[in-house]
Amino acid sequence: MLLIPCPWCGPRDEAEFHYGGQAHVAYPEDPAALSDEEWARYLFFRDNPKGLFAERWSHTAGCRRWFNAVRDTATNEIHAVYRAGEPRPVIA
Amino acid sequence: MSERSERTGGAAVQPYRREGATGKTLRFRFDGREYAGLEGDTLASALLANGVRAVASSIKLGRPRGVYAAGSEEPNALVQIEEPFPEPMLTATTVELYDGLVATGLPGQGRLADRPDPARYDAVHAHCDVLVVGAGPAGIAAAGVAARAGARVILADERPEPGGSLLGTAETLDGAPGREWAAGEAAALAALPEVRVLRRTTVLGHYDDNYVIAVERRTNHLGAQAPADVARERVWRIRARRVVLATGGHERFVAFAGNDLPGVMLAGAARTYANHYRVLPGSRAVVFTTNDSAYAAALDLARAGVEIAAIADVRHAPGETWVARCAERGIEVLTGHVVTAVKGEGEVSSVEVAPRPEAQGSGGQAREIPADLLLVSGGWTPVVHLFSQAGGTLRYDEELGAFTPGETRQAVEAAGFARGVRTLRECLEDGAEAGRRALAGAGLTAPPEIDVPAAEEEPAAAPAEHVWLVESGDYGTHFVDLQRDVTVAEVLRATGAGLSSVEHVKRYTTAGTAHDQGKTSGLLTGGVVAHALGVDVAELGTTTFRAPYTPVSFAALAGRDRGPLHDPVRVTALHEWHVARGALFENVGQWKRPWYYPQQGEGPGEDMEAAVLRECRAAREDVAAMDASTLGKIDVVGPDAAVLLDRLYTNMMSTLKVGSIRYGVMCRPDGMVFDDGTVIRLADDRFLVTTTTGNAAAVLDWMEEWLQTEWPDLRVHCTSVTEQWATVALVGPRSREVLARLAPGLAVDNDSFPFMTWRDAEVAGIEARVCRISFSGELAYEINVSSWYGLALWEAVMASGEVTPYGTETMHVLRAEKGFPIVGQDTDGTVTPQDLGMEWIVSKKKADFVGKRSFARADTSRPDRKHLVGLLPEDPGVLLPEGAHLVDTSALPEPPVPTLGFVTSSYRSAALGRTFALALVSGGRERIGERLYAPVGADLVPVTVTSHVLYDPEGARRDG
Amino acid sequence: MVEPAAVSMAERRSPAAAFAARFEAASAGGGLRLAEIPFLSQINLRVDPKSPAAERIGTAMGVPLPMEPGTAAGGGDLEVLWLGPDEWLVVGPDGAAPGLVERLAEAAAGEHVSVVDVSAQRTALVVAGERARDVLAHGCVLDLHPRVFGPGRVAQTTLARAGVVLVAGEDGFRLLVRSSFAAYVAEWLLDASVEYVTSPAGEADPA
Ligand SMILES: [Zn+2]
Repeated sequence: MLLIPCPWCGPRDEAEFHYGGQAHVAYPEDPAALSDEEWARYLFFRDNPKGLFAERWSHTAGCRRWFNAVRDTATNEIHAVYRAGEPRPVIA
Repeated sequence: MSERSERTGGAAVQPYRREGATGKTLRFRFDGREYAGLEGDTLASALLANGVRAVASSIKLGRPRGVYAAGSEEPNALVQIEEPFPEPMLTATTVELYDGLVATGLPGQGRLADRPDPARYDAVHAHCDVLVVGAGPAGIAAAGVAARAGARVILADERPEPGGSLLGTAETLDGAPGREWAAGEAAALAALPEVRVLRRTTVLGHYDDNYVIAVERRTNHLGAQAPADVARERVWRIRARRVVLATGGHERFVAFAGNDLPGVMLAGAARTYANHYRVLPGSRAVVFTTNDSAYAAALDLARAGVEIAAIADVRHAPGETWVARCAERGIEVLTGHVVTAVKGEGEVSSVEVAPRPEAQGSGGQAREIPADLLLVSGGWTPVVHLFSQAGGTLRYDEELGAFTPGETRQAVEAAGFARGVRTLRECLEDGAEAGRRALAGAGLTAPPEIDVPAAEEEPAAAPAEHVWLVESGDYGTHFVDLQRDVTVAEVLRATGAGLSSVEHVKRYTTAGTAHDQGKTSGLLTGGVVAHALGVDVAELGTTTFRAPYTPVSFAALAGRDRGPLHDPVRVTALHEWHVARGALFENVGQWKRPWYYPQQGEGPGEDMEAAVLRECRAAREDVAAMDASTLGKIDVVGPDAAVLLDRLYTNMMSTLKVGSIRYGVMCRPDGMVFDDGTVIRLADDRFLVTTTTGNAAAVLDWMEEWLQTEWPDLRVHCTSVTEQWATVALVGPRSREVLARLAPGLAVDNDSFPFMTWRDAEVAGIEARVCRISFSGELAYEINVSSWYGLALWEAVMASGEVTPYGTETMHVLRAEKGFPIVGQDTDGTVTPQDLGMEWIVSKKKADFVGKRSFARADTSRPDRKHLVGLLPEDPGVLLPEGAHLVDTSALPEPPVPTLGFVTSSYRSAALGRTFALALVSGGRERIGERLYAPVGADLVPVTVTSHVLYDPEGARRDG
Repeated sequence: MVEPAAVSMAERRSPAAAFAARFEAASAGGGLRLAEIPFLSQINLRVDPKSPAAERIGTAMGVPLPMEPGTAAGGGDLEVLWLGPDEWLVVGPDGAAPGLVERLAEAAAGEHVSVVDVSAQRTALVVAGERARDVLAHGCVLDLHPRVFGPGRVAQTTLARAGVVLVAGEDGFRLLVRSSFAAYVAEWLLDASVEYVTSPAGEADPA
């Protein structure tokens, strides 16, 4: 059970959150202009790194805010959380 | 033998009880025989006091097995409690004795109870600055430092009383028995306001971010006297800022021939039985050791009255002080010796010792020594389970011959013997230092000086020699895992087959997979593998430590999440009425919805088929009402509310007029239907969106996700109002007449109140919003009132007796007759609006909406996509099972059978006078009129494909 | 839209009305008090915290919107609970909702503000008395220690398997529970209270 630091509410149990997959996958500006392959890439393709991963979480049982976290997928360590719209912080 | 009790007569005789042992006598039964024990006994100590050697039998070979250890690491003595309530797979060494206990020994596996467990179980969340696991000397010292500095401390220990190793060794602290020191310290700590001392509490698992699970056994030891209102076991879910693991060590044994015979016992365990339980585990003992620790055990047992026939030490140079003390007591020490055989019928009667093979020729000879007890020490293994579970690495300690904690990124450290610290004095100091570090880690100030109690001086230790097995030509009874009946022969078979990893050997032999998870045998198995492969134990490593540390009952894990509290039951404001009216309920998500209302009256009750046909007729021909309160409702407000809805629904919502209502469908970006419902425009900048019952939260989350992550520029706010409103659907040709009577101020004629509009009105004296929408094709209204008034409204609707209440089954039939799909029943996340025959709801005008781009993908325009169609069984009485597959051949080909699709909904229709179904069928719209077959059991049921709209396709009924 | 409720003569029923007698029985021991506070006025407010409207709304209520996450602000007969960075729940006495909605909408003065009457969306359950924390700890994962979650703290979280708004007061806690979950939460509270009903002081320690 991870302890996830909601940028607003502070650390809460993982069970209060929903996972939202890879962060910074923007809805395309003009989907109609994309080829089928480009659209499929947006729909279906996500990174799956071992190590640092920027991902989305929503504090669904709490303040209901979406935010981003940089988590190490190998250790579950959360290195940073930041609000939606903010750039991914640089982790040394 | 002097101290052994000579009392005789009746069941109270405990021939191996030490003289002077006091306490209340407790009666118990084991394997059908009556015995007596003393308060404070475990079942194991009580059986030993009565001279019971064989307690259980082994799982594969059926060999008799006795008590081997004195704690939760016990590999052998598996028992089942029969009374007061059956409980399988317990170790006799951890079952506290109580009056009236009835137990039996197990052949490796138990039997589940055949009756419901009457006990209560619960769980509790706890938070602390410092969690200390283990109330031995190091743990008490750590907890003491942290607690006295004001930290919130939890000290958990699996045993009934604190003290850990002190209970077994009888060492003194500050001149007093260690047991008294531990009890005093624990009591003093428990009296502090921020400290919780948990006895009988086993920490089972150590997870991310110091989330720790423990189980407290609260009333198990009270037997039939356990109070019914106190939870029997409690799961503790602890979040600790720092964790100190003072979990001590387990003694391990050595693989030699016959090392499983009852009477063979770990030396430290025998010491505990003598010192703590005041029980002699035998009369005459041989001791077999690889290290100094068994000497202290031998001397304690000798003082207690056990004759120590000899000590066979694998080493040539044992600790000199120990040898001298043995000489004082006349105990023979055989250095460079091993045990080569254990003899006896069902229990030890003699032990054969011999010089080690490499020492042979140095004069020693093999000897057979009469004895009823063989005490073994193969060294001590730090208990690193939790440290490893927490993600910590382990490193091999050459001197100890065992793995000790290494690095970890969690805020956890081991203290005392758990990290290889040997002497009592060092363990106390190490615990205190760990407590001090934990304080600093938790941001609290540690005291400048820490007092630890004075321990006795311990003799200088001679190094241990890590001998894992006694070499032999036949390894058939050299057990490494007693519980799994795994011998050295099997380990050699595994390594001989080419396995070189302990993980593989574990899986090949099952060593380490029993209830004890190899606590006494895991390292031994590794040692034997290393020996066989000629490699270092260090490089071989260990198998993975996984939770739970000891077995845990399912009842404890379930806690109070069972029966009616297993999952929340959500009910509407009208629920009590439905119950009183005798409704049967259907689970829709967590909601309980009335399924149908069997008619009450004389004679046998109405069955479901009759009730649903009656309810359907009432809705189509007369007037009926349903509790529709469970539909999700979301208030969408803001200048950009219409823009948001245009982007999320496939159809246009911005053109909806205030006062009007529109049906809409939402898709995922992949174009698959996600939800449907109605959109009510309350004002230019305000809408009320309804969702399906099961998707209310998901749709609100969906809206928030887009607003927060993609379109933060849109000025829109969404608020759930699902339970703010109770909703009554009033349906049928006479619904207008009933509504007119309930709402005299409302103009209900079709021109004043047309289809897909809403009006505010007073209905039955209650402020209401009335919507003219229909999910049945009939003239219908949905009346919404504050849920506080829901029951009052419903009672007013029902007051005249002319309105038939109907449930979800009738609702399903009515909508299916009209071909209205139910998201989640007729769709499964792979269905587009076009597949449902709803091309009309997909806007061509909007530049974009979620899902639009996917409708241009080749996949969504394949002609063989599954379409929603109707099916009419050729026999109008045959009801197809939902989920039945469809084929176009009248005889089934060999599997795999190419299937064209499947039935999604299937009902009997009063209006059609027959059965019908909805189905998703490949190229279904092109197949209308075709005959297909549904394999049902051994039969192929012929059906005709039709349009999915089977009733009133021209929509003539909706205006009444 | 006319706001429902206040004017009606029909009989109201609160979501946990059926539990009144059992709550009372569970409260008889003195260590614990369980009760429903029915029919509170509750307004869900969403507004940009930095907007002039947010300030005007605070003035109109006589209670500035609490900006610190997880806190409540009170004044007069109103209490304002922080639910999210742009979301608050205004709680007032029975019957206050229509007037509140009007006042808040007026204070918004055309700015983008959402004011929604959710009085019947949730009901309030009281868990008070010296054993209140013990009872809640059976199902609430938050640290309810007075130094961490003392009076004036608010959290949206879960109790057992239901979402709740948890409000710490001087004399105990209030749970704002979705109406459809009220019966489940009430049953759960009664079950979790069993050990505390008869023993007002001291751990119900069997040993
Ligand atoms: Zn939050």
